[in-house]
Amino acid sequence: MRVDDHIILGKDERKKMVEIKVDGKSIQAKKGEMIVAALMANGIRINRYTVKKKEPRGIFCGVGQCTDCVMVVNGKPNVRTCITPVEDGMIIETQYGVGKSNG
Amino acid sequence: MIEKEVVIIGGGPSGLSAAVEAAKRGTEVLVVDENLRAGGQLFKQIHKFFGSSAHRAGIRGIDIAIELLKEAEKYGVEVWLNSVAIGIFKEKKAAIKKTLADNSEKLEIIQAKKIVIATGASENAVSFKGWTLPGVMGAGAAQTMINVNRVLPGKRILMIGSGNVGLIVTYQLLQAGAEVVGVIEAAPQIGGYGVHAAKIRRAGVPIYTSHTIQEAIGKKSVEKAVICKVNDKWQPIRGTEKILYVDAITIAAGLKPLIELAMMHDCKCSFLPQLGGWVPIHDKNMESTNPGIYLVGDVTGVEEANTALEEGRLAGTAIAEALKYISFEDARKIKKEIWQRLNELRMGPFGEARMLAKNNILTSCKI
Repeated sequence: MRVDDHIILGKDERKKMVEIKVDGKSIQAKKGEMIVAALMANGIRINRYTVKKKEPRGIFCGVGQCTDCVMVVNGKPNVRTCITPVEDGMIIETQYGVGKSNG
Repeated sequence: MIEKEVVIIGGGPSGLSAAVEAAKRGTEVLVVDENLRAGGQLFKQIHKFFGSSAHRAGIRGIDIAIELLKEAEKYGVEVWLNSVAIGIFKEKKAAIKKTLADNSEKLEIIQAKKIVIATGASENAVSFKGWTLPGVMGAGAAQTMINVNRVLPGKRILMIGSGNVGLIVTYQLLQAGAEVVGVIEAAPQIGGYGVHAAKIRRAGVPIYTSHTIQEAIGKKSVEKAVICKVNDKWQPIRGTEKILYVDAITIAAGLKPLIELAMMHDCKCSFLPQLGGWVPIHDKNMESTNPGIYLVGDVTGVEEANTALEEGRLAGTAIAEALKYISFEDARKIKKEIWQRLNELRMGPFGEARMLAKNNILTSCKI
């Protein structure tokens, strides 16, 4: 669900794509866009599961303050995906609890 | 340890305008911002601003950001991006976690003559059953997604709150191609400007006043919302429940100043609900109760981007004056004009409460 054409912002001119892996599956992302944007454009809304109740969480603030959107990125846990841009070949995993990628 | 004349924490509208104002008089200015680009929340504000031409009315927030960044560059403002202020210490020392070109991090201690805190505000949450489900988010978050990241946070959306943020973001969600099934408002009347409300109503979005949300339902993310009427004591009225099929719920319930750094430095605060809660207080130069520490923008009371810009100019001018880059007489003239514009921005039924609260700040700062 991308906003390709916009009445005020015009056409989205970002054409270059990169490939990232999310939980083992390859998806296309726009070069330089935030990880969460690439996920949202591909219909992925769950970033992590909570420690105790194992409940799903998605973005809440979108500007790096609330940490609800953290995921494991290239093996590093607790990366705020709303303010971290994608890179070609990036490996992204749903985060379980406070830091493991597989709960 | 690095020495700088002025360190400004936060590169949003207030921080940048303080930087430009001080730097154009000759002051050495460093702006520290935790994001990958400065400009703060202006980049998601694709609507035209209100006010008179002196307040850049009719210009979109996004264009104001571009203009400010150009000016900052022109006057030689140094900007550290992806860098976080982790503390302010005695004798005006700021500790900054700086991200270097190779993405490694370094802790820098900066000795400043003046520090400006321009940290802004964060969105308030509203808690209800199911509010932690993916798909429930701040209205500002949704606005960032559509206008900056250019992705839709949902196809069918329910907006909570009919203040100006709720109304404007509703309209922008429509512009981005989403459907907004309704705006709910717990108060018996719409919170924001009539002109914004009329715009979304003309587009077919119903505004339910005296309504609240009871529950968000969904297995892995939001699938539906239950709303109901509230009585004059804000209590839900049984039997009035209505189910709305939505995949996102956005919350526009006001903002709260980000005062941690100011608190850390013992800046005196006042509780002013009209300005978002606890706010550090300041004098007519935007100087806090700690000499040499200034406060501008939403951190010292949630208002609008145009008031933030003016407060930034005020602090920038006062700093240039204190560091002897402009004369007392020149500064007095400039500050008088800025105050005039600020007072104009705080007029009318919406501005009056903020004006009174701001006057309260100025008075309590003298005690």
